Amino acid sequence: MTDEQCSLFEPGHRACGGCAAALAARAILDAAGPDTIIVSATGCMEVFSTPYPETAWKVPWIHSLFENNSAVASGITAALKKQGRKEKVIALGGDGATFDIGMLCLSGAFERGHDFVYICYDNEAYMNTGIQRSGATPYDASTTTSPAGKCSTGNRRPKKDLPAILAAHGAPYVATATIAYLPDLKKKVRKALDTEGPCYVQVHAPCCTGWGFEGEKTLAIARLAVETGLFVSYEMENGVVTRVKKVVRKPVEEYLKEQRRFRHLFRPKRNDAEIAKIQAIADRNAEKFGIDINLKK
Amino acid sequence: MMEIMEGSHAVAHAVRMCRPEVIAAYPITPQTHIVEALAEMVANCSLDAEYITVESEFSALSACLGASAAGSRVYSATTSQGLALMFEVCFNTAGMRLPVVMSIVNRALGAPLSIWNDQQDSISLRDSGWLQFYAEDNQEATDLHYIAYRVAEDKGVLLPAFVCFDGFILSHTYEPVEMLTQEQVDSYLPPYSPVQRLDSKNPISIGLFASPDYYMEFRYEIDRAMKASSQVIREAGRRFGEMFGRDYSNLVEEYRMDDAECAIVAMGSICGTVKDAIDEMRRDGQKAGLLRIRTFRPFPGDEIKKALAGVSSVAVLDKNISLGAKGAVALEVRDALYGSGIPVLDYIIALGGRDVAKKDIKSVVKMAMAGNGDLFYGLRGEVLG
Ligand SMILES: Cc1ncc(C[n+]2csc(CCOP(=O)(O)OP(=O)(O)O)c2C)c(N)n1
Ligand SMILES: [Mg+2]
Repeated sequence: MTDEQCSLFEPGHRACGGCAAALAARAILDAAGPDTIIVSATGCMEVFSTPYPETAWKVPWIHSLFENNSAVASGITAALKKQGRKEKVIALGGDGATFDIGMLCLSGAFERGHDFVYICYDNEAYMNTGIQRSGATPYDASTTTSPAGKCSTGNRRPKKDLPAILAAHGAPYVATATIAYLPDLKKKVRKALDTEGPCYVQVHAPCCTGWGFEGEKTLAIARLAVETGLFVSYEMENGVVTRVKKVVRKPVEEYLKEQRRFRHLFRPKRNDAEIAKIQAIADRNAEKFGIDINLKK
Repeated sequence: MMEIMEGSHAVAHAVRMCRPEVIAAYPITPQTHIVEALAEMVANCSLDAEYITVESEFSALSACLGASAAGSRVYSATTSQGLALMFEVCFNTAGMRLPVVMSIVNRALGAPLSIWNDQQDSISLRDSGWLQFYAEDNQEATDLHYIAYRVAEDKGVLLPAFVCFDGFILSHTYEPVEMLTQEQVDSYLPPYSPVQRLDSKNPISIGLFASPDYYMEFRYEIDRAMKASSQVIREAGRRFGEMFGRDYSNLVEEYRMDDAECAIVAMGSICGTVKDAIDEMRRDGQKAGLLRIRTFRPFPGDEIKKALAGVSSVAVLDKNISLGAKGAVALEVRDALYGSGIPVLDYIIALGGRDVAKKDIKSVVKMAMAGNGDLFYGLRGEVLG
């Protein structure tokens, strides 16, 4: 049998070709194994994987609402504990569910210390409802509610630092990962599952439909996010950064120019001032996490 | 054994004996004494449950939903603003056919802010797919919890249930209550055995999205289960009576209705006052009676129609108002009596804790007999200006 046939996340779902979230789901289940209960939030992942009467999930799976997956997971962990069962619980949500509307439930569940893993597949906007901005949308990205226009360069705010917020809750393990490096993603999911208490993994998941690039470029775009320093892949244990992926950095422009959501920075006229601001975000990331590999001449 | 107990504590003990495995609740007046009492029981090991101190009512019911889906018996309690915050989860719990039982300590909804009693909170969720029981006194408030679990978990029902009782008027009042023993409760209420649950040995997906080709059939099935629950409630109530002497086999209670000319229809603790007023009116030769609705969902339309056949007027006491229309109970009673020609008059009464005395009941009856109704009863002209 091939790997694909063995997967706990069945093919045949309705995701767009080149969907990073679908790739992430498969990798997550590869790492977690069959003794896992998944609690999905409303969003693309839930919709494309479970059109009644079909399901792509070969593990127990529940979806309740957009904003309550952490609370539902809290209840499940409590029930499993009471029943003496050993299954692991993963709450799965998009960035909208996680950064924005589900923040109350997420904060409560982390503060209470339930033994579960929260995984956010971060495609940097509300994709299911038509590409509206979220608290995870990067600076200057054009979305349907932060459109670039004559007097706008797109999303006005930088991305919320949710991993830091969750680490501040006392989470023993917080990590960022990307579908560009699946073995690393799987390792982090496994580590989160093996760590007692509430753990968080944020998976960078480029969306070809929402960001505006061809589906076959998903992995390349994901890799560029890391290589430009706009996305940093790291681990935090008990609030301290313990591992960071280092890169030989490329200019942010190489990442931006591949995506329709940043097209207004290049057309009709190049906007050097804004591109410089985004470069500054990458530079700050690089400094904060020490990601630069300096090649000696 | 008969004990003098605060309503909240009696309910907490009843809940303890129902053996919930997971409790998730958030404090709100006048529900607090119940959840504090349960927390104390867990702390002292007299209740072996996972008690989740959630950060909101929204999470309280969401956690109950998750635990129930994982196969545990669950409990929560709330009121008013807390229940309003749960709105979305309420519909979801019923839609997923999870037999969550929740106490609703009835309280008014803001604005303006009021911690006092009326029944606007639970009535506002009448369309959500939860069974709704309303207790007249603390004895009933406790008994209805045993019954609610038994009915909700019945394989032919599988719907969540509210056990509603009036805030402060019942929750904070000491009354004699006959508590069952744990052995008695165990013999009445079997352990919860879910039809299906989240379980890696038999993986299922719960909570899928339904296209227009499927959605209506789901809703139809919930409605059908709700309607079928009437018979399950009767059976559970009859069995309760056989085992413990208090019969709950009817969804409504008739009080001095045999030859009544004017029937009052009401729910909850106000019915105690109504009964006393009726006794006095009867002494004065006035033929008044009470039809008390104990089960508002499923709505016992047929029982109501039968009980009210032959009266010359019906006065509904509504502790709620569907703003811009009428009180919810009157609307449904009128629907039940449609075509009978019996006038149904509505009295919006006792909102936000406004006290109701026997004299008020008598004056409602007098107004109803004169055909004068569909109004807010007891408005204070000096406040309106
Ligand atoms: C309470 C509530 N508000 C709004 C919605 C509409 N809604 C459904 S999914 C969604 C966006 C999901 O965004 P995200 O969590 O980022 O997941 P994605 O679709 O991008 O994968 C929104 C706004 C909803 N279902 N519930
Ligand atoms: Mg998203």
